[in-house]
Amino acid sequence: MSIKTEHMVLNMGPQHPSTHGVLRLEVELDGEIIIDVKPHIGYLHRCFEKHCEALTYPQIIPYVDRLDYLASMYNEFGYVVAVEKMLGIQVPERVEYIRVIMGELQRIASHLVAVGTYGIDIGAFTPFLYCFRDRERILNLFEMTCGARLLYNYFWIGGLSHDIPPDFVRIAKEFVQDFKGTLKELNNLLSYNKIFVERTANVGILSVETAINYGITGPNLRASGVKWDLRRDDPYSVYSKLDFDIPVGQGLQGTVGDCWDRYYIRVLEMEQSVKILEQALDQIPEGNVQEALPKRIKPAEGQIYTRVENPKGELGYFIVSKGGLQPHRVKVRAPSFVHLGIMGELCKGHLVADIIAVLGSIDIVLGEVDR
Amino acid sequence: MKTQQEIFEILKAQYPDFITTQDTEANELAIEVPALQINSVCQFLASNPDLLFDSLILLSALDDANGKKNSEADGSFEFDGGTLSVIYHLESSKLRHKVVLKVVVPREKPEVESVSSIWQHADWEEREAYDMIGIIFLNHPNLQRILMPYDWDAGFPLRKDYKNPEFYMGIKVP
Amino acid sequence: MGLLDKQFSDENIILTKAEDLLNWARLSSLWQVGFGLACCAIEMMATSASHYDFDRFGVIPRPSPRQADIIIISGTVTLKMATRIKRIYEQMPDPKYVISMGSCSNSGGPYWEHGYHVVKGMDRVIPVDVYVPGCPPRPEALLEGLLKLQEKIRNESLVKKEKV
Ligand code: SF4
Repeated sequence: MSIKTEHMVLNMGPQHPSTHGVLRLEVELDGEIIIDVKPHIGYLHRCFEKHCEALTYPQIIPYVDRLDYLASMYNEFGYVVAVEKMLGIQVPERVEYIRVIMGELQRIASHLVAVGTYGIDIGAFTPFLYCFRDRERILNLFEMTCGARLLYNYFWIGGLSHDIPPDFVRIAKEFVQDFKGTLKELNNLLSYNKIFVERTANVGILSVETAINYGITGPNLRASGVKWDLRRDDPYSVYSKLDFDIPVGQGLQGTVGDCWDRYYIRVLEMEQSVKILEQALDQIPEGNVQEALPKRIKPAEGQIYTRVENPKGELGYFIVSKGGLQPHRVKVRAPSFVHLGIMGELCKGHLVADIIAVLGSIDIVLGEVDR
Repeated sequence: MKTQQEIFEILKAQYPDFITTQDTEANELAIEVPALQINSVCQFLASNPDLLFDSLILLSALDDANGKKNSEADGSFEFDGGTLSVIYHLESSKLRHKVVLKVVVPREKPEVESVSSIWQHADWEEREAYDMIGIIFLNHPNLQRILMPYDWDAGFPLRKDYKNPEFYMGIKVP
Repeated sequence: MGLLDKQFSDENIILTKAEDLLNWARLSSLWQVGFGLACCAIEMMATSASHYDFDRFGVIPRPSPRQADIIIISGTVTLKMATRIKRIYEQMPDPKYVISMGSCSNSGGPYWEHGYHVVKGMDRVIPVDVYVPGCPPRPEALLEGLLKLQEKIRNESLVKKEKV
């Protein structure tokens, strides 16, 4: 005999300590089993695209910072690459190297937050403190370069707002050296921790076909075993001159593409970023970082889509110009927005407690989801 | 791997009735597709073994702002006529080529076929396009606002002639 | 006990006003319901993590508004969120205090002009005790804001104000 049951609808958020911001999840449950998860977003919709239409090209850069506020440098990177392509500017080698260094430092900082807060979500508080300790050192590096801790306005179209200070390379090298130890520490503390593995392995498995159909990119796609990285596959800046690997998920603790893989891929990526940093810090050429700044930024009529590999995934800017000082339309392909769409698919059939494990593992930032 | 031009030729051979032009004024070529054919064209692009477009990178809607501008006394304006457009960036993860499609619809009746049955990603992107510009996607499973509040009734904010309301639920807006 | 340990020659009574005692108790253990909304929330997190250590002022994050004394609104308040904030604020028991952190919640910040969906100032929705300026404010600034709030609590009075 089958018993007829009624589904329960549970609301999580919009202010919930584990939702990484202001996100509301409407969870449909059958007992403890998840039937469906519907994310409701827009609680942080800050009208970015409307602002773009009212501001000139350089004025947009500070707003770009505020999209994914954990990876501001990289957002600027994407935006300036797009506008430079529209204008046809070639920037000096030194600028490119500094950009790559800043970008990779930012990637480490962003992944540290992702990994640290993921620990908190699962119930491990200590790794968070370790991660933030190291992130703080990266922020100090940024601060000595451009004065801001979080939102930098550092990349300019055609150059940078400041050259790096004289001590920068030395301090950055020290940091990179120490950071290798931290990664080991992190692995011992969290990655192979039995409780952590039990909570994350074999949970929220993402297959390659589903991932591509949903437009998933970045670490989340690589965790499913696809070797796809725009730094390698659609190279921009000087990434083609640097040597690094693209780690992919292997299902070491469970199945390929589960939460643990998505977590661990970020640890591996930090290792690769360290590798890039070591090379780039040694190779910075001399030069003037403001040499190529254009006098007037007024791209010709046309449209362009360019993309970069943000710590979260493929960050793209679609810019339409009508020949004015302001863009006609800017549309951002925000990786977090795309990734959040897959929540329902990933959670189906799991237990309530796994929602947080899945949500933390796809690493979203609400500033970018809602824009 | 194929170039946009080659893909255009293939499409032109497949659909001689309506695929005829590429939008060339932009420095990114875009193949123009009629609004009510986009689903079948996309299905063809996704399933043809030479093309295999298995991922939608980006779907963006924009207000072309090319209608007649009716200015009002308080400095605001409204557009009469003109068009809205939707732009699709597709990519094949296996063959590594890209293509750009473009759909143009009149402002009064902005109806476009949904492609969310082909790429799940399109579901949210189309909802956003509806929310911001007001494009209506036919056959979309759940076409409602996504970023703005569900009960927002002051129009579509990214249209160029959008006017902000004075109050929302008792909170002063401007 | 720390500071006062073995400082008195005999067992003694400390005289103080009830008011001062109450205020002192209140201000030294402010439980906060963190209301992280946007970029500022990251700085708020940094304030409670290593380096800045919010705990030393007695601020302990509390997920539930029903057991909290202060609410730190850190980030951009949107129209969609504003009604929720009001509801959470109403659930907090008295006495309750509000710190508005960052330009966005003070006045709309960078979004004040074209932000069709941004509330131009938290104080349009709930009353604010301390405004912390900055975009984002540094963790030190938030700490300063908290000290200012403590000062405010220290000067509170139980005596009814006479109507002028
Ligand atoms: S004040 Fe600045 S840092 Fe804070 S939420 Fe607003 S934009 Fe972000």
